[in-house]
Amino acid sequence: MLTDFGRILIFLLIGAVFTGGGLVASWLLRPRRPYPDKLSTYECGEEPIGEPWVKFNIRFYVVALIFIVFDVEVVFLFPWALVFKEMGMFAFIEMAVFLGILIVGYAYVWVKGDLDWDKPSPKVSRYVKGIGVVSDETVDVNEQVAV
Amino acid sequence: MGLLDRQFDNSNIVITSLDSLLNWARLSSLYQLQFGLACCAIEMMAASASNFDMMRFGVIPRATPRQVDVMIVSGTVTLKMATRIKRLYDQMAEPRYVISMGSCSNCGGPYWEHGYHVLKGVDRVIPVDVYVPGCPPRPEALIEGLMKLQEKVRNESLAKKKIA
Repeated sequence: MLTDFGRILIFLLIGAVFTGGGLVASWLLRPRRPYPDKLSTYECGEEPIGEPWVKFNIRFYVVALIFIVFDVEVVFLFPWALVFKEMGMFAFIEMAVFLGILIVGYAYVWVKGDLDWDKPSPKVSRYVKGIGVVSDETVDVNEQVAV
Repeated sequence: MGLLDRQFDNSNIVITSLDSLLNWARLSSLYQLQFGLACCAIEMMAASASNFDMMRFGVIPRATPRQVDVMIVSGTVTLKMATRIKRLYDQMAEPRYVISMGSCSNCGGPYWEHGYHVLKGVDRVIPVDVYVPGCPPRPEALIEGLMKLQEKVRNESLAKKKIA
């Protein structure tokens, strides 16, 4: 009588009633006494500082993209490994072409320098004879003055 | 919005039957804020572990105050920690309960006189429901305290509180 999709419809209805019913019941029963300290952001008991909407470096986007590409590659590799014995050389060449395309993309990213991470170069103060402990900027100024 | 919470002066049949259901649900799933302060925390962990298994009472440690019902203050509350505990208690959703575990959080314990850095009882910053004595209390004592708290929850009501 019921089609397969009819059963899915019944599942959906029960799910909607179950979740909706829970929300409505808690709306009826819960105590609601808000005050600023209760609504404050949870930071393990510390006072929250700053906004949660922090800007992430755009480089994470590139890394995430590369990750997804190779993630999907692994997903394709598993079924390929299962049927590899039956399909033989054809499957091998197919996968080699597929991997080749991905590797070209990877090489492109590498050459463009998107994998190079900025390394910090802290300015270290040092001792200069006759002047004392100076930072790099001071030395530059002194050298210019000397010239 | 809490349509039924503290809206009625006296308990009628709806409120009382709802009370028993709600209280049963609440006392059977007292989620616990997952944090420990000092040596009492070791006993609290022992009470959670398989020998004593507090989870059979529905006490599950949760990592955020938004999801918990009971805060077990297990150990010495230093003055620095007291402000954090106050904030954590504030961030818990109601109904919320506090078990003060061990002499230190009950009254300052061995630091009651010369502990310059210790709060003399956690009840100076947050309201405490159950005090568990001991230094540290055995896991059985903590479970006893938990059952006392369950008794308290069992007798709660949605009706307005009478002003004595």
